[in-house]
Amino acid sequence: MSTSNRLNDGLIDRSRPMSFSFNGKIMGGFEGDTLASALLANDVKLVARSFKYHRPRGVFSAGSEEPNALVELRTGAHQEPNTRATVAELFDGLEATSQNHRGSLKYDLMAVNDWLSPFLSAGFYYKTFMWPKAFWEKLYEPAIRASAGLGRLSMEVDPDTYDHGFLHCDILIIGAGPAGLAAALTAGQAGARVILADEDFRPGGRLNSETLEINGAPGHVWAEQALSELNALENVRVLTRTSVYGAFDHGIYGALERKTDHLADSSGKPRQVLWRIYSKAGILTAGATERSIAFGNNDRPGIMLSGAVRAYANRYGVAAGKRISIVTNNDDGWRTAIDLTAKDVEIAAVIDTREGSPKAVIPGASIVMGGRIVDTRGRHGLTSIALSNGQNIPTDCLAVAGGWSPNVHLTCHQRGRPVWRDDIAAFVPGEDLPVGMRVAGAANGTMTLAAALRDGEDKAITVLGDLGFSATSPLDLVAQDEPSDIEAFWHVKESMGRCFVDLQNDVTSKDVSQSHLEGFRSVEHLKRYTTLGMATDQGKTSNVLGLALMAATSGKSIEETGTTVFRPPYSPVPIGAFAGRSRGEDFRPVRHTPSHSWAKDQGAIFVETGMWLRAQWFPKPGESHWRESVDREVTQTRNSVGVCDVTTLGKIDIQGRDAADFLNKVYANGFAKLPVGKVRYGLMLREDGIVMDDGTTARLGENHFVMTTTTANAVSVFRHMEFCRQCLWPDVDVHLISATEQWAQFAVAGPKSRALLEKIVDADFDLSNEAFPFMGCAELTICGGTPARLFRISFSGELAYEIAVPTRYGNSLAEVLMQAGKEFDVVPYGVEALGVMRVEKGHAAGNELNGQTSALNLGMGRMVSKKKDCIGNTLSERDGMNRDDAVRLVGFRPVDRSAQLKAGAHFVSRGKSAITENDEGWMSSVAYSPSLGHSIGLGFIKRGHERMGEIVVAADPLRDAETDVEIVSAHFIDPEGERLRG
Amino acid sequence: MIINHPLLGPRDASEFTYLGDASLIDRPDWQTDNAQELFHEYLYLRDNPAGEHRELWFHEQGDRSWLVVTRSTLTHEITKVELARDVAISRRRDE
Repeated sequence: MSTSNRLNDGLIDRSRPMSFSFNGKIMGGFEGDTLASALLANDVKLVARSFKYHRPRGVFSAGSEEPNALVELRTGAHQEPNTRATVAELFDGLEATSQNHRGSLKYDLMAVNDWLSPFLSAGFYYKTFMWPKAFWEKLYEPAIRASAGLGRLSMEVDPDTYDHGFLHCDILIIGAGPAGLAAALTAGQAGARVILADEDFRPGGRLNSETLEINGAPGHVWAEQALSELNALENVRVLTRTSVYGAFDHGIYGALERKTDHLADSSGKPRQVLWRIYSKAGILTAGATERSIAFGNNDRPGIMLSGAVRAYANRYGVAAGKRISIVTNNDDGWRTAIDLTAKDVEIAAVIDTREGSPKAVIPGASIVMGGRIVDTRGRHGLTSIALSNGQNIPTDCLAVAGGWSPNVHLTCHQRGRPVWRDDIAAFVPGEDLPVGMRVAGAANGTMTLAAALRDGEDKAITVLGDLGFSATSPLDLVAQDEPSDIEAFWHVKESMGRCFVDLQNDVTSKDVSQSHLEGFRSVEHLKRYTTLGMATDQGKTSNVLGLALMAATSGKSIEETGTTVFRPPYSPVPIGAFAGRSRGEDFRPVRHTPSHSWAKDQGAIFVETGMWLRAQWFPKPGESHWRESVDREVTQTRNSVGVCDVTTLGKIDIQGRDAADFLNKVYANGFAKLPVGKVRYGLMLREDGIVMDDGTTARLGENHFVMTTTTANAVSVFRHMEFCRQCLWPDVDVHLISATEQWAQFAVAGPKSRALLEKIVDADFDLSNEAFPFMGCAELTICGGTPARLFRISFSGELAYEIAVPTRYGNSLAEVLMQAGKEFDVVPYGVEALGVMRVEKGHAAGNELNGQTSALNLGMGRMVSKKKDCIGNTLSERDGMNRDDAVRLVGFRPVDRSAQLKAGAHFVSRGKSAITENDEGWMSSVAYSPSLGHSIGLGFIKRGHERMGEIVVAADPLRDAETDVEIVSAHFIDPEGERLRG
Repeated sequence: MIINHPLLGPRDASEFTYLGDASLIDRPDWQTDNAQELFHEYLYLRDNPAGEHRELWFHEQGDRSWLVVTRSTLTHEITKVELARDVAISRRRDE
């Protein structure tokens, strides 16, 4: 096992060795390693290619801010692209591969882009791919698409499951570093319900990566003690591997917990859980992120953040190089030199951009105060650095310490703006924080250990006070404040070669100045023109450097330049986690009709209508085309009797002393005088006079009505009626209940429908035409005492009934009707036949009630009462809605009877061309009428009711069809309505 | 967002359906001379304030109460939640 860069110590478990592969090569690591630390331990420097120039890149950081080391993890359907090696926990058997290269990682053919870089600077897309126009689709787009993106998707269905969860707490503490742990201890001991979330698998934050002490012991030891104390408290929940990615309204936070990403096999458990956390208060202790310095060729593998080099040495027991150099503008960089020296790692040089005396004695290292790196060498890994003083220093790892930026992201998710602090050369949270949020520790600009611990404790005490808790005893933590002086330094102007600002999107200092030259003065424009900070890392290590350069170019201060807006997510969240269980068949709940299982047994083909699954048709053996089944269902219904489950129509139970008056107001036509035992067709308008819905309403008693709505509008009509009841007429005595799911309802249609029903209604009920005429309704019993409701209404135009029973009897009723109807040759029909028959009868449905049509358009203008107050009647009297040339609903039949009509065609007069100016209306519904033997249609055409017999053209330019059609009555079948009254 | 329902206490906004300006409660009298004009204003003309806004929410996944929620459109801060029915009745009395 080659672990050439392993040091002693570290927080890894050497008793648990693991093997993994990178680009097929098997290597070793230990439990507690990340993929990045294991790769560095195996002396793998080159791990990726950059996005644009395909430059060789290595591990840059030791955390979730990583811009470079993006890899593909796992294989097959489990393959996940763009995974940060710095947060990927090592497990035995992990397979990782590099991405974004053609050919091998080492010899990437796309590296030619690096030579072409003078042509690929900021905005090159906008300048280069403009002309000639003919190249847009054929050449440019395919070429750009082929080069775009980083990793590859598996192109298979994601085999993992994701869950959603909801948590409630008094205080959410985000980040388990020193400040977060101190806050959690304080809040937990006081009895508050606390959630402590940390993105790492090992809580402790920088304590795990430093040698700083608390209470006389190494910081990570104290962190472990603090955690075991917190875990023992019942009121505290510690979520590890959990990134809080967004701060939303009213104390709601989004968090992603990675449950099984660190395991070789999830064993069927959810891979990740997306938490919605409801908190009364939040304490943000998310720490800080180190940033780079812009100098020539500052992107080679082996050039890393200084804090990361220290983390690999202290936490993972890995030397990131064999001869390490440090460049710094602050005291923190020196600690890397001190820690590494203590571990006997050779330090080649410490270059401090500040003047003055060295901050420490580093044996064997050349110390350069006021030093500037102008260039670096090493094609696939750093070999040397060149200074402005002419020095050339051989080194294989350069630790860059450009200062630390507080992780203010979540403080800005409610439009808060951070403010600049010169003394720490960083942005800190502003005053305008999300409601209930406080910030402590490095996230708040409190950059040293003792102060951060105190800050965490203090903020917790404040929050506890706000929530009515009192803190118990002080934590009395003993720690030191480490040196942390900084003198802002951003850019070595005398650099040779490109100075990279955003490593992931290959944005250089030259791109920043060029965008300024081209007039992009706002930092938001800089971002979008150069793509600075727009990669998957969202510029965590680069944004501040970028806007410091912009400030320098424009002559403004950093404060004046400002930051771009921070938006969720803080770190990437897989789409699968947002989807949770709502995918495939479970995308949303499915509603089954009461006779679903019976219909399934009959071999019905189902169709989704909203959430409902309805039987579309019932194929019989030998039928190979849906039309055969549907034509048969229609013909058999019209000749004998058919049965259709119509439960999905909305049913609203309306009761109360004012029920009749109420209906009179929500329907445009009159309802006040509807007798008990009768049903009436009702037309419901919106307040603007457009038709909202239609249906039938039955009066079962003096103060009791049952309304039906269309399937699609069941929810919105109910909502509208509640609005009318509560907001418009709050004094009325009316109560509404949705009864859609309480009653199973079947249409029984056809000349034999009465004969069929006579067999199942109980003996005391008289079904004769005289006793129970068209539009009658009754409550009765069937099949020997089963309660039922019967309505004599017809959508098909035949003698027809709708019969309702409590839902639990629905499936049986379907069977009973079929059994009883055998002697009449009964047929079950689906929604397709239902649709054909309603077109034949000329009934409007969803295609006609499309939110654009008025009662006048539908030929029902006279139904709208002018004698009463009802929703929509005042505005339907507007002139514009009553024009003489308004479109009217009529029927259409093809002049050539063999022609097939198409819904969506528009009408033009004969001899006129099919252009918008000549448009006279549109075809809304079509069907093949088995009763007539040809295609028929319903549609709207100007003055349609006055143009019977006229021949017009149904033009369908999209499908390249022009069909001569004759305007006819919409009632193709039984226009006098003799059948339904018979 | 969390809406503090007057009867049910704090509920997540996802349980609710949004309608719009609470002025929709003030439906004009259909028998006044300029009814068409009044209805036109009622239906189409809205203030669009940057700040405090009274608006109608329906507790569709709950008790089916219509609520008048006073919310800042700038910060989403909710300062008052009332039953729309109570609001409608009290406005009627004021007339």
